[in-house]
Amino acid sequence: MTRPIKQHLEIPVADGAGERYSLRMGPQHPATHGVLRVDLELDGETIIECIPQVGYLHRGFEKLAENKTYAQALILTDRLDYIAAMANNVGYCVAVERLLGISVPLRAQYIRTIVGEMSRLCSHLLWLATHALDIGAMTVFLYCFREREILLDLFEELCGARLTFSYPRIGGVRQDVTSYFVDELQRFLDMFPSKIEEYETLIDTNRIWLKRTVGVGTLTGEEALALGLTGACLRGSGVDYDIRKHQPYDAYGQVEFEVPLGTEGDIYARYRCRMEEMHQSVRIIQQCIDQLPPGPIIGEDAPDLVMPLKAPTRIEATAAAYGSGLIKVIRDKNIYISGDVYVATEVPKGELGFYFISDGNNRPYRMHIRSPSFIHIGALKALCKGELIADLIANIGSLDVVLGESDR
Amino acid sequence: MEPVAIIDRLRAEFPDEVVQGYVNQGQGAVVIRSGRIVEMLRWLRDSDDLRMNHLRSLCGVDNLRRKGPGLSRFEVVYNLYSIPLRHEIRLRAEVDDKDPAIDSVVELWPGADWLERETFDLMGIRFTNHPNLHRVLLPEDWVGHPLRKDYPLKGKEEWAGMTELLDKIKELDQHGFDPEGHAHGQSAPEQEDD
Repeated sequence: MTRPIKQHLEIPVADGAGERYSLRMGPQHPATHGVLRVDLELDGETIIECIPQVGYLHRGFEKLAENKTYAQALILTDRLDYIAAMANNVGYCVAVERLLGISVPLRAQYIRTIVGEMSRLCSHLLWLATHALDIGAMTVFLYCFREREILLDLFEELCGARLTFSYPRIGGVRQDVTSYFVDELQRFLDMFPSKIEEYETLIDTNRIWLKRTVGVGTLTGEEALALGLTGACLRGSGVDYDIRKHQPYDAYGQVEFEVPLGTEGDIYARYRCRMEEMHQSVRIIQQCIDQLPPGPIIGEDAPDLVMPLKAPTRIEATAAAYGSGLIKVIRDKNIYISGDVYVATEVPKGELGFYFISDGNNRPYRMHIRSPSFIHIGALKALCKGELIADLIANIGSLDVVLGESDR
Repeated sequence: MEPVAIIDRLRAEFPDEVVQGYVNQGQGAVVIRSGRIVEMLRWLRDSDDLRMNHLRSLCGVDNLRRKGPGLSRFEVVYNLYSIPLRHEIRLRAEVDDKDPAIDSVVELWPGADWLERETFDLMGIRFTNHPNLHRVLLPEDWVGHPLRKDYPLKGKEEWAGMTELLDKIKELDQHGFDPEGHAHGQSAPEQEDD
């Protein structure tokens, strides 16, 4: 027996006098990129009010981190933006190093820059794939996943994991790169720019793509800044704000790259920004490989896997164990400096900031994560008011949100 | 502008508000009273030589277990950055234990909306004049504010929604509902559509 299904014979249109109705989109919806729920108040297909609801993936990372040592809390950052976990790891390590005043060997800085940019490529590829899929271009999805797979294989070669790496360490990285890794990465770099052009031939001048993106979800630079948008969403509106340039960390000060800027501030401008960023990432990785200096991969004062409960403790390690980066050496100095620090890094989604307070203990007294996705979802309400419901999908894709990072 | 210079500018402009200023790891910070917070942030944003136009982060801090003299129970921390002039400053606004509240800065940065809701949700600091001060990450009927230091890591009690769900499962069990699906090796009879 089938139940009679109500047929939608008429598509209601917004005439001002039409009947308002509410629609709950998500949290189990393929176009919301995770467990995002959007409560919509509609008149026909026009959005009167759009209220995003988050929290389905809230795991209390900030509270958990207060009960873990600095080294233990690193694994939590993998679970923030799980699409670009490496960039989150690097961001966390950079912040803790600044807090505790730990220096990082040059080679480790270059390796972290390489993996951070690989992570950016991964994230942008997944963004392009799903964003295009949401708008209706199925083919792009398959093309992007083909290249992303190569990057994931490279990560696996580097550290054994494909998604949640925990590869960087406070004060360095866990393992050195192998020559096989460098060769394979070089092959990827030689091949990848032509693949970006391939994606562009599919959608760059596609009439449907242009109709769905040009002039949709437009924000001026001031509006975007007031809403707290960062990353490509802000640069698409023409604001030159890239933390890699403004406050360089790791090896970004030593490499040359450009920050692509848009002018229109619409979905198409943000799309163009991210496509250009992929070219720039390739450029950065290439320079890092060429300049990769020899030397240790983890600092001598790095508090690695073992964190002493009382500050001035010495744990002896053999030279071999030290070289592998798995056992830490603590010098006779107090590594736990009291104070607070806010350090931001440029992750694929935008500005990922960590605000740390240390009270001289081996655990962070307070760790606040400024996650770009959370703020971007908060901006959705302002972005979608008065637009059509189909544009909401395009806007969510264009903001590039990940709910793991938003909900923490 | 150098961190020390920004702190001096703030001291000169708001002598009664600034309690303490310091530089840590090259970052300038001031501890301030919370009364004129909107005015101060507006001044920081609009002054020609400061132009702090980017609110990087906003969060609450519970000082219950923090070592240090003269700390108030709560703090709301604002990290500001100037994109055109490339300098930063941190403001730590003191908030009392009794009825913790501070003025909302949504009128200056609409993006502060969710950040303030999050602080209210997890730390229990109220933001006056906030347009929609509700919980954002936790369910609306959650009891307590988890990021406070007197809130235990595992929580105090089961959330009402969870108890409701467990009761529902028990009730369904009485009617022979098997939540494990086909755990007993018997597949459910297939529904026929015609």
